[in-house]
Amino acid sequence: MVTSMRRSFNATLKCQPEMFPRVRKRGGAELLFDGVKNHHVTLPGQSDPWDMKQLLAWIRGNMLKERPELFMQGDTVRPGILVLINDADWELMGELEYQLQDQDNIVFISTLHGG
Amino acid sequence: MKCKEGTAVLIIRVNDAFCRSCFKEYFIHKFRAMLGKNRVIFPQEKVLLAVSGGTASCSMLSQVQEGLSREAPKKLRFVPGIIYIDDGGACGRSAEERQRSNALLKSIFTETGFTYFIVSLEQVFSLPTSVLVPGTSDPDPSNPSYKQAVDQYIKEKQTLTEENVASAVAQLNIEDSAYSPEHKLALERLFSSMKTLTAKEDMLQTLRQHLILHIARENGYSKVMMGDSCSRLAVKLLSNIALGRGAALASDTGFSDPRYGDVVIVRPMRDYSSKEIAFYSRMFNVPSVFISGLDTKTHDKASIQRLTESFVTNLQFDFPSTVSTIYRTSEKLHTVMPPQSQTAEPASKCLLCLCTLDTKVDKASAFHATLVSEQLSQIKLQDPSLDAPAQSAEQCCTEGQGCGPGGCCSSNRLPSHQDLKTLLCYSCRLTIKDMVATNTLPPYIITEAEKRQKRSQMKMEISEYLLEDDEEDGGTAAL
Repeated sequence: MVTSMRRSFNATLKCQPEMFPRVRKRGGAELLFDGVKNHHVTLPGQSDPWDMKQLLAWIRGNMLKERPELFMQGDTVRPGILVLINDADWELMGELEYQLQDQDNIVFISTLHGG
Repeated sequence: MKCKEGTAVLIIRVNDAFCRSCFKEYFIHKFRAMLGKNRVIFPQEKVLLAVSGGTASCSMLSQVQEGLSREAPKKLRFVPGIIYIDDGGACGRSAEERQRSNALLKSIFTETGFTYFIVSLEQVFSLPTSVLVPGTSDPDPSNPSYKQAVDQYIKEKQTLTEENVASAVAQLNIEDSAYSPEHKLALERLFSSMKTLTAKEDMLQTLRQHLILHIARENGYSKVMMGDSCSRLAVKLLSNIALGRGAALASDTGFSDPRYGDVVIVRPMRDYSSKEIAFYSRMFNVPSVFISGLDTKTHDKASIQRLTESFVTNLQFDFPSTVSTIYRTSEKLHTVMPPQSQTAEPASKCLLCLCTLDTKVDKASAFHATLVSEQLSQIKLQDPSLDAPAQSAEQCCTEGQGCGPGGCCSSNRLPSHQDLKTLLCYSCRLTIKDMVATNTLPPYIITEAEKRQKRSQMKMEISEYLLEDDEEDGGTAAL
């Protein structure tokens, strides 16, 4: 079941325009986010570009509903969770250092479940 | 990167980057190579695909579909069926959730056009005892070798029309997901009588295997394909060692598992890491259904299996060759066949997991040492009042006439832990030890246990009258 949740807040333009990445969850990871698989998120603008590390911290703070240790380990995702940025492995993009672009598609797939 | 023209989208094993089309080819090729290297699936053989709804087994399903659709001669040549076991009753899922996932899976299965079976785990309570008896594999000397079988098939292909076979087989879809409330209750009782999650997972696995085996036998399937991936098998290897299943490692994690005799379990996905499978199913839209299991959202130390999984996964993160090292080690494992004399009967099998019993060993073994230390540590705790119910049961028997036909005792005297233990291998003993009440076991297990016990008792009683075949000088004992 695919549902889309749009979150928007009043935008104030700053030096860096807001980002609208799309974040998706697969493979069971959606259980930690109330079962919602697709999220359209609007990240608040800031002076430096957003990178993955900040996005993860933001997700942990704002979207993760329960059991943060099942999604994240320290600064990065828990081993066993794959991250795809625009359908490519994030290891090819620099992992945590990758800088987000507007309308990026980010998918988290949990490989620890299913078989 | 291999093709040097596409953009890399995926990295596997640290250094190998693949573009989208190269990855697809690589993935498909691996599957066929695995089947081709281990030539166990003969043409026109009926193969049951065990699908759990997860990405690995659904990828396996899509590979089979892909393989069957290509033009000959590279086409896969067996007749597939699909089985899905709905274990929601054991995992605590609600009836609506189960129906929803069943419906989703049904739509996936009907798309494929193969015969499918959707069976609920509650059916375990109506299984016959023949499930626990390994069937004999067919040692027919006229059975052709693999190459001959393939050549024969290609020759006959002109006369065989695929459509006839497919349509006949398609009529047989079974959706037996209905279950009676008593069975549902019985299943819940069984799983709540297990104290630890480790034992629950083990029992669930055993019951699932039995059910799959039964359906395979009933419908003439001689092979079952399981979707265990490389990562999952690495975890299974280590956790099986921790569970005490070391003796059966080769068959539990190898490509083919022949312990059931007539039905062979094969694992064609064992070369794929979970990352490859997840990427493939994401990129090429393999339909799968996420179904939560017993260990969903449990913490790391909830069970041995879960702990091992988090250990291996975390280690893999820092040392990317962990899983493949474990996998290569598992490939080197072989089962040691005990030297069989001509008079020896076939080695007795464990009641639950049907592997060869590893508990009939000498006094000077590690196993015996654990038994002794267990007894010693329990002597103080033995409560004389606990013996009373056992004694009253025996008294009833010795009185004789009080029993009546069928014996009130034979139905009341449920197999105690002690009785069952002699029929089980080491790790199944540990699982049963974690059970509060063995009478919650499904009836087919209890009946078979009683039968085997009576048989071994009888054998003990008449052992002095049995002639040993290797006594050349004509058994003076018999005279």
